[in-house]
Amino acid sequence: MNPAMNSALNSTNSAMAPVATPSFFYALAALALISGFLVITRRNVVHSALALIVTLLSVAGLYLMLYAPFVAGVQIIVYAGGIMVLFLFVIMLVNIERSYNDRRFSSLWPVGLGAACALLALFVFAFAKGRALFPDRLMPLSEAANTQQIATMLYGDAGKAGQYTFVFEIASLLLLVAILGAVVMTKKKI
Amino acid sequence: MIPNFITSYLGSTLTPGEAGSQFWALVYVFIIFAGVSVAVMSMNWLERKALAHFQIRLGPMRVGPHGLLQPIADAIKLLLKEDIIPAEADQFVFWVAPLIGLLAAFTVYTVIPFGPSQAVSDMNIGVLFMLGVSSLGVLGIVVAGWASNSHYPLIGALRSSAQIVSYEVAMGLAVVSAILMTSLNDTGTGTLSMIGIVRAQEQQGVWFIFKFFPLGLIAFIVFAIAMIAETNRAPFDIAEAESELTAGYHTEYSGLRWSLFMLAEYAAMIAVSSIAVTLWLGGWLRPFPNLLHAPAWDFIFSLFPAMTFLGLAAIAFIGVAGTPAHSFLKVQKIGLAGFGSVLGCIALLLFVLAFSGRSANVNLGSRLNESIGYIYWFLLKVAVFMYLFIWYRATWPRYRFDQLMRVGWKVLLPISLAVLVGTAIAGVLFS
Amino acid sequence: MVPITTFHYLVVAAALFVLGVIGVLTRRNVVVVLMSIELILNAVNLNLVAFSRMWGNLHGQVFSIFITVDAAAEAAAGLGILIAFFRNKETINVDEIDLLKW
Repeated sequence: MNPAMNSALNSTNSAMAPVATPSFFYALAALALISGFLVITRRNVVHSALALIVTLLSVAGLYLMLYAPFVAGVQIIVYAGGIMVLFLFVIMLVNIERSYNDRRFSSLWPVGLGAACALLALFVFAFAKGRALFPDRLMPLSEAANTQQIATMLYGDAGKAGQYTFVFEIASLLLLVAILGAVVMTKKKI
Repeated sequence: MIPNFITSYLGSTLTPGEAGSQFWALVYVFIIFAGVSVAVMSMNWLERKALAHFQIRLGPMRVGPHGLLQPIADAIKLLLKEDIIPAEADQFVFWVAPLIGLLAAFTVYTVIPFGPSQAVSDMNIGVLFMLGVSSLGVLGIVVAGWASNSHYPLIGALRSSAQIVSYEVAMGLAVVSAILMTSLNDTGTGTLSMIGIVRAQEQQGVWFIFKFFPLGLIAFIVFAIAMIAETNRAPFDIAEAESELTAGYHTEYSGLRWSLFMLAEYAAMIAVSSIAVTLWLGGWLRPFPNLLHAPAWDFIFSLFPAMTFLGLAAIAFIGVAGTPAHSFLKVQKIGLAGFGSVLGCIALLLFVLAFSGRSANVNLGSRLNESIGYIYWFLLKVAVFMYLFIWYRATWPRYRFDQLMRVGWKVLLPISLAVLVGTAIAGVLFS
Repeated sequence: MVPITTFHYLVVAAALFVLGVIGVLTRRNVVVVLMSIELILNAVNLNLVAFSRMWGNLHGQVFSIFITVDAAAEAAAGLGILIAFFRNKETINVDEIDLLKW
C-alpha cells in the first residue's frame, strides 16, 4: 500500500552499524577505572564493595562490546550476583567500629606504590616494544552462536570437539572442595 | 515528513533491538515503564480488595467508587510524607539502596517478550541475562538493611538475602530444564533467547508445562514456588512481615523511598511471572494454537480482548446499578459509570479492530489486531499469576525461617535436579 | 574517532591490574585486599577475552569462564579463613595478623 512501508518491509535485515560506538568503550572503561580507584581508596568498606560492583558491571559491558555475551552473563551472575553478596555478608559480620578509625593504608605504602609503579613501567615497556607483535585486526566473532560454540568446547567429545571437557570436570571438583573448605573453616565446632 | 528513523522500523518482524532502531527501543522502554507503573498501582488496589474479600470484609470503599482511586491517594500520601533518615545511617548508601533494587527489577523487562516482535530486545542470552540481573536485586536488600544502622532491618536484610540466594539455585535449575526442552527440535540446538523459547513451544506444538508430563509440570511448580520466595511474598515473607520484624529491611525507609521498594517488589513479581509464562505457559500463544487451527477459531480467539473489556464494563455497570441511591454516592455513581463507559469504548474499539482484521490482506488493522492478541494473551496469563500471588498471601500461613531454608535446600533443590536429569533422559529417549 | 583495537582493551586491563596490585600491597583491611585480588582477576579476564576477539576463536572466553569459577572458589575460601581468624583475634587489620612471625 504505502511505498515507504513496502521498502521498510523489504529492508529489515540489512546490515546495520553496531550500536556500540567508541564512545561506549570510553565511557565503560572510564567507569571501570574510576570505580577501581574508588575500591582501593575508600575508607568505608561497604563503599569499596559497591564500587567493586560497579567495576564488575562495567567490565561485563566491555565483554559485550567484545562479542562475548556468555562471558558477560557469567560475570553478572557469578561475580556481581554471587561473590559480591558473599563479600557484603562477610563485611557485615566482621566490620567493627574500631577498624573504621584505623589508618587506611599500611605504613609501608611507599614500597607498595613503588612496586606497583615498577609493574606499570614494565607494562608500558612491553606494550611499547611489543605493539608490532600482535596484529591490529579484529576477527569476526559470531554473536548468535557464541553460547553453542562455548557449549561444544565445554561439553563436547573429550578428544575431538570438546577441548575443555576435562577442565570442566576439574573445575566442578574445585568448587566442591571450596564448598567443603568454607563450611569446615567457619563451623564453630567441627 | 516523518523522519526515516521512525518509519524504517514499522512493518518489521524483528524487535527494535535486533533491527537496530534505537528510537523504537526507547519508545518500547517508555511504554513498559508506564505500563508497569499502572500495573503496580492496580496491583495495589487489587491486593487490598482481594485480601479484604478473602477475609469477608470490603476493603477500601471510600476514595473512589469501590476504592478505585485508593492507589492515587496512597501515592499522594507517600509523596507528601516527611523523609526521615536515621541519624547514624550512611547517607549515600541509604539513598542508593532502593535504586539498586529498582534497577534490577526493571532491567529484566528488556528481554520479556510480549509478542514475537514486541520486546525491547531479543538477546541471544536472554535467560542468562534475566537470571543475572534478577540476582542483582539481593544487593539492594543487603545494602538497605546495612545502611539503616538498626537491628531489625539488618536481621531482616540478612534473612531475606539468604532466602533469595537459596531459592535462586532451584529457580535456575528449573529454568535449565525448560531450556533443555527447547533443544528437542529438528536441528538439536536449543536457544537461550526468550522469543526463541516461545517459538520452540509453538514449533513443538505443546506448552512446556505439559511436555513430558509430569516433568514439565514439576519444573513449573518448582519455579512457581521459587519465584514466590524470590520476591519475598507470602508464605515466604518472614523478612518483611509486620508481626515478625517490623517490616524488615525497609523499616527505616519512609515516604518516597519506601514506595520505591514497593515498586521494585511488585515490578519483580510481574517480571518473574512473565518469565514463568514465557518459559512454561507459551508466552503470547493463544490456547490450542495447533489443535484448533482453522481461521474460524482464530477469529473467535481474536475476539477475546474485546469480550474481556466488555465484561469489565458490564461489571462496572452492575456496580453502578447496585450502588444505593443516596446523595453522598451520586458522584461515585457517575464516576463508576464513566469508568464503565471508558471500558466499553475500548471494547468497541477492539471489536472494530477484530472485525477489520478478518480480511485476507495484511494491512495496518490486521497487524494491530495480531499484536493486540499477542499482548492480551500474555497479559492474561500474567494477570492469573498476579491473582495467585494475592490468593497465596490470603490463604497460607508464613514459613518460619529455618523451615523456609529447609524447603529451599532440601526439598526444591533435589526435586529440580531430578527433574533436570529426567528431562534429559526423556529428551534422549523420545526425540 | 579512532576505531577501538585490541590495544585499547589491553591498556584498560593493565590499568585495572595495577590498581588491584596497589590495593593488595597498601591497604590494611583484609576484605579490601581480597577485593583487590578480584580486581586483578577481572583484569586478567578482560585481557583474555580481548585476545580471544583478536584471534577469532573462543579459547580465551572459555578460559576466562574458568578463571571466574576459580575466583568464586577462592573468594569463598578466603572469606572463610577471614571469618575463622576474626573469631580468634577480633581484628581485620593485616598488620595485626602476624601470629607466624617470630
